[in-house]
Amino acid sequence: MAQSQGWVKRYLKAFCKGFFVAVPVAVTFLDRVACVARVEGASMQPSLNPGGSQSSDVVLLNHWKVRNFEVQRGDIVSLVSPKNPEQKIIKRVIALEGDIIRTMGHKNRYVKVPRGHIWVEGDHHGHSFDSNSFGPVSLGLLHAHATHILWPPERWQKLESVLPPERILVKSEEE
Amino acid sequence: MLRGVLGKTFRLVGYTIQYGCIAHCAFEYVGGVVMCSGPSMEPTIQNSDIVFAENLSRHFYGIQRGDIVIAKSPSDPKSNICKRVIGLEGDKILTTNPSDFFKSHIYVPTGHVWLEGDNLQNSTDSRYYGPIPYGLIRGRIFFKIWPLSDFGFLRDSPNGHRFSDD
Repeated sequence: MAQSQGWVKRYLKAFCKGFFVAVPVAVTFLDRVACVARVEGASMQPSLNPGGSQSSDVVLLNHWKVRNFEVQRGDIVSLVSPKNPEQKIIKRVIALEGDIIRTMGHKNRYVKVPRGHIWVEGDHHGHSFDSNSFGPVSLGLLHAHATHILWPPERWQKLESVLPPERILVKSEEE
Repeated sequence: MLRGVLGKTFRLVGYTIQYGCIAHCAFEYVGGVVMCSGPSMEPTIQNSDIVFAENLSRHFYGIQRGDIVIAKSPSDPKSNICKRVIGLEGDKILTTNPSDFFKSHIYVPTGHVWLEGDNLQNSTDSRYYGPIPYGLIRGRIFFKIWPLSDFGFLRDSPNGHRFSDD
């Protein structure tokens, strides 16, 4: 009798120990290193979700790459929506701070991206709620860098950081 | 002998990772101790005061007018700012002095908040860079623990007139 009670106690102790190790480590990993997310919507067609509502792509979101807020033009990034903090949006970085960009549908024809901000756009112009609607976004809202498509298997690929050719900058900061 | 050293090293690394992760979860989801610097929140918070910040309000979207919040700076994401929430989305903010004859207003857009320091003469806040997105808010400051002469919950804004949305 005493033996089986000792067994239960030891099991509970081991369970609690494992729980308090596994949960914080897993949560920290998903917050700081990488996580996975399903993409909804058509604003990044044809790069993401080309099939529309039939099949949603699942992408790998890399937090570690943006831990110092370093992004390049052409990266596909996820960020907290400036209009709705409960939602994350996924768009492509078109311009960095200091660049001057010609907008498509924004109230100003030309915009200089302020310090600490970036200009993001969806690849599917006209069907995208992006910087052309809400202006440049602060880098503090940056969430992760989408690096690979993981699902469906026939769409396994590394996402390339390439600027769409029609979105050449008017003036970039380095010039 | 080598196996003993290796075993000890692995155990040390394991404990460091474990406690680091617990610390991350505590700061991210519960709260932590913060030291504030700068004069923009005087007299409520002085330079080098140590305060307690909680992050639960941010996750449950319970930030209200009059709360003192820590947020990421809109122009420098690596630094934090500490200001009071004057207006939430949809509020009408007076941008001219109350004594001016011609008043001008601005409406806070959806998903944004309007922040101002309590020390209006010496504070770079939304009057300078405009409303900031709610997503930049990191936590809410509600308790001061240093200096001990000022220990306790934080006072309301000394600029009471800023809260009337007439």
